[in-house]
Amino acid sequence: MSKEKLIDVKNLATYFHTEEGTVKAVDGVSFEIYPGETLGVVGESGCGKSVTSLSIMRLIESPPGKIERGEIIFNNKDLTKSTQKDMRKIRGNDISMIFQEPMTSLNPVYTVGDQIMEAILIHKDVNKKQARQEAIDMLTKVGIPLPEQRVDEYPHQLSGGMRQRVMIAMALSCDPQLLIADEPTTALDVTIQAQILELMNGLKDQFGMAIMMITHDLGVIAEVSDRVAVMYAGKIVEYTDVETLYANPKHPYTWGLMHSIPHIEKDVDRLQAIPGSVPNPLDFPQGCKYNTRCPFATDKCREIEPEIEEIEEGHQVACWHVDKLEEAKAKEKKKKEKK
Amino acid sequence: MEWQEVLLKLIKNKISLFGIGIIIFFVIISISAPWLAPPADPDDPYMIPRAGWSIQPKPPSEDHIFGTSEGQYDIFYGIIWGARTAFRVGLIVVGISTLIGILIGTIAGFYGGVIDEILMRITDVFLSMPFLVAAIVLTTILGKGLDNVMIALVTFGWMGTARLMRSQVLEIKAEEFIQAAEALGANDIRIIMKHVILNTIFPVVINASMRMGSIVITASSLSFLGVGAPTGYADWGQMISFSRNWILGSQGNALQFWYTVLIPGLAITFFCLSWNLVGDAFRDILDPKLQN
Amino acid sequence: MTEERLLEIKNLKKYFPVKAGVFRRTVAHVKAVDDISFHINKGETLGLVGESGCGKSTAGRTILRLLEATEGEITFEGQNLLELDKRELREMRKEMQIIFQDPYASLNPRMTVADIVGEPIDIHGLAANKKERNERVTEILDTVGLGTEYMKRYPHEFSGGQRQRIGVARALAVDPSLIIADEPVSALDVSIQAQVINLMQDLQKDFSLTYLFIAHDLSVVKHISDRVAVMYLGKLVEVADKQKLFDDPKHPYTQSLLSAIPVADPTYKSDRIILEGDVPSPVNPPSGCRFHPRCPYAMEICSEVEPEYKDYGEGHYAACHLLEQE
Ligand SMILES: Nc1ncnc2c1ncn2[C@@H]1O[C@H](COP(=O)(O)OP(=O)(O)OP(=O)(O)O)[C@@H](O)[C@H]1O
Ligand SMILES: Nc1ncnc2c1ncn2[C@@H]1O[C@H](COP(=O)(O)OP(=O)(O)OP(=O)(O)O)[C@@H](O)[C@H]1O
Ligand code: SF4
Ligand code: SF4
Ligand SMILES: [Mg+2]
Ligand SMILES: [Mg+2]
Repeated sequence: MSKEKLIDVKNLATYFHTEEGTVKAVDGVSFEIYPGETLGVVGESGCGKSVTSLSIMRLIESPPGKIERGEIIFNNKDLTKSTQKDMRKIRGNDISMIFQEPMTSLNPVYTVGDQIMEAILIHKDVNKKQARQEAIDMLTKVGIPLPEQRVDEYPHQLSGGMRQRVMIAMALSCDPQLLIADEPTTALDVTIQAQILELMNGLKDQFGMAIMMITHDLGVIAEVSDRVAVMYAGKIVEYTDVETLYANPKHPYTWGLMHSIPHIEKDVDRLQAIPGSVPNPLDFPQGCKYNTRCPFATDKCREIEPEIEEIEEGHQVACWHVDKLEEAKAKEKKKKEKK
Repeated sequence: MEWQEVLLKLIKNKISLFGIGIIIFFVIISISAPWLAPPADPDDPYMIPRAGWSIQPKPPSEDHIFGTSEGQYDIFYGIIWGARTAFRVGLIVVGISTLIGILIGTIAGFYGGVIDEILMRITDVFLSMPFLVAAIVLTTILGKGLDNVMIALVTFGWMGTARLMRSQVLEIKAEEFIQAAEALGANDIRIIMKHVILNTIFPVVINASMRMGSIVITASSLSFLGVGAPTGYADWGQMISFSRNWILGSQGNALQFWYTVLIPGLAITFFCLSWNLVGDAFRDILDPKLQN
Repeated sequence: MTEERLLEIKNLKKYFPVKAGVFRRTVAHVKAVDDISFHINKGETLGLVGESGCGKSTAGRTILRLLEATEGEITFEGQNLLELDKRELREMRKEMQIIFQDPYASLNPRMTVADIVGEPIDIHGLAANKKERNERVTEILDTVGLGTEYMKRYPHEFSGGQRQRIGVARALAVDPSLIIADEPVSALDVSIQAQVINLMQDLQKDFSLTYLFIAHDLSVVKHISDRVAVMYLGKLVEVADKQKLFDDPKHPYTQSLLSAIPVADPTYKSDRIILEGDVPSPVNPPSGCRFHPRCPYAMEICSEVEPEYKDYGEGHYAACHLLEQE
């Protein structure tokens, strides 16, 4: 792709200095998002997905958190060096964010309309009446029935799915270039999730914005992303376009994850579980952080941490033994053919 | 958290260590009272010996290192044996009233419905009476004496614990591990003892620790008001009541009788403070755990 | 498999009163479970799916009598559970166990693992002495893949997956025949879910357990179940053999539910049926067929007459007017 990058994150590291020690929540991640595309970020709880997105928004609580190093280039500006005043202009205007739990991110004492209008009034040169009209338009766009009536209701009067729609309306009210969605459907039911995902896909085309979609659901990622970054223990371990990732995962963790979940479209007798559990962030293993659970781990893995590198065009992997996984895949294929 | 862990943290915390230090100091005093201040009559050690019949207090001297109070009661003796009285009143009143509170609060919270309704209305009735007045009235009816003071304090001192316990139990009752125990076939008594009380007791312990101090003050006030211990009984409140007429000295020498007020006053203050410090530290240690 | 019924539910209802006003008068009822009937055969896994608030947990808990049923019949091994008195019920609990969704809330934080797993043994007097009890606890912990070195630890020292194993161990300790698993993997990390699912499947084989497996994740339910029951707003809308239900869903709600699952394969294109609106409140459920305000096939009759829940052949139950007309 020769298009210009919308956001270019280079070697970002965010640590939390807590009483018990330093949590390297994000430890050197690099990725970029192009205008109009959706980047999926997938990984298990605690791997640093939210901290990555909050770092971009510069919303890391400090102390204990701190962006230790790296650059976040957005519109030719390094956001890590921006003042909070500049950031306030960027937030909600150029980059907006929606969260997992819509109830806690909406203010319960203001009406839905007030909250959308607030965003519009801050960033746009309009009067109150126009802002209200825009709020109603936004509610219509996100598919809320009877928007003229809903605009005066309070968050608790809405269902979970509707609140998430309001959050989206708020996030999109100022035409952001980038929308960061942190598990926007995790708290919702499948049928409502389907509604929201469809809505987001539709709005993306309509508004032409880029989306950074954070989730732990491999199904959701497959459905909405153009490219995907797989995170494990504060690092990106695999980074490529969505088709390649699902057809040909090259990192043992990605591969393990795909085999450990049941797939609705194909039946297996037994899932292949990944042994052990996610390592404690205060006590990460030396070398590759996946070595405690990886079937291919060698002494090298236990000593030196692999850097992420491009092993095929547009396919980055952080693993010493990509070949071993290929062997395992070949063996598995043979076994299947025998059957 | 385990008890050992809590204790360890209590000792590591400077403030609570200070509080624990004072408590231990008072405990040592109470235990070694017969040696520190040998009683004249071993059968009745709580009666403070008198060094004469003169009304006016006498300042510290070699025989009476803290001086003597109105009526020539030895202040040193009163302080030493008074520590025992303080512990006795505190532990018994707080102990019994806390037990009653736990019992009522647990039953009300656990069973709910009509039982809860009845128990809580009774609690409300007791709460609606002003504590000190009610205690005075009851002690007056029962007659003067430390035992009656304690009965009065217990009678009007359990409601806070009961309410605290009830709200705690209501919270814990909704937890899934209670349902899990029920699903295993555990009976009510087992569920209450093993699951409910174990998880609700810490705030009550904190509360009890805080009340240790305040109960001793209340008992002292009753003594001060003259409905407490009999005259001459080793009780800090009474010691202060002896100083009632001597708070101000003669003209030009206002602080003449400082020892009559200051010494028993300090004893009560430190006793009370120590329990509060420990209670505070207790809460700080447990609170983050209670939240998550 | 010989199809012997272990559990049979008939017309089970569970209403929660809604109280309001100063006098806390009952003004309405949450019809959390409203007249459901189904059975579970010995040794099988029945998956129970449905959206949040449709009454899955309530159904599970009412069957175990952790909640008192409003109406209905629960027959377990030929005995009507609703007729048992408190003592008989406690005895009966040996046979039926529950595993909870939240591995944090369902373990007493102040008890050691040995005590948590040992509690059912104490309650039912399953061990003659302390030594035997400890042996039994060790054995059970070993079965669920936890070593003895963990016995003296407290729940907060474990990861989510390990805690869920402790929950499973506790349920196993009484050697039950039926286990109701209420979303046992929903709270776990993706990579850990498979561990617990595999464990449950192994245990089912080894101890010939019967499961009622409650979940909202249809892929998981499809993987583990023999038959699947779909619930909507307090009612069962469809029950069938797993393969039949997933290949040929009869009820419009099941159809849209299945189509809404995101598939972990970017090349897979599904014809998604996007439902309109939200799940209505169970306090005032829609008249007639409860699904009619969202159903893409709703007809006039649907808002008036409740469709009958019946067998459309080979144990494929459903409740929809469309099917009746066919
Ligand atoms: N304020 C904080 N103080 C200390 N540590 C923190 C703080 N916020 C996050 N962390 C730590 O940073 C790590 C990454 O957290 P993050 O919230 O990014 O995870 P996540 O991938 O979003 O997980 P989830 O899927 O659970 O949302 C975790 O180990 C977390 O404990
Ligand atoms: N104790 C209770 N009192 C009143 N209403 C209740 C009670 N428990 C559950 N309900 C209501 O009953 C309905 C069904 O709840 P239930 O927990 O069974 O749903 P569920 O299908 O398990 O949902 P989830 O997937 O969210 O666990 C809900 O509307 C809920 O609000
Ligand atoms: S580097 Fe080694 S341990 Fe890490 S994923 Fe690759 S093979 Fe496994
Ligand atoms: S009965 Fe009518 S509304 Fe209900 S599912 Fe069938 S067609 Fe739809
Ligand atoms: Mg997160
Ligand atoms: Mg539930």
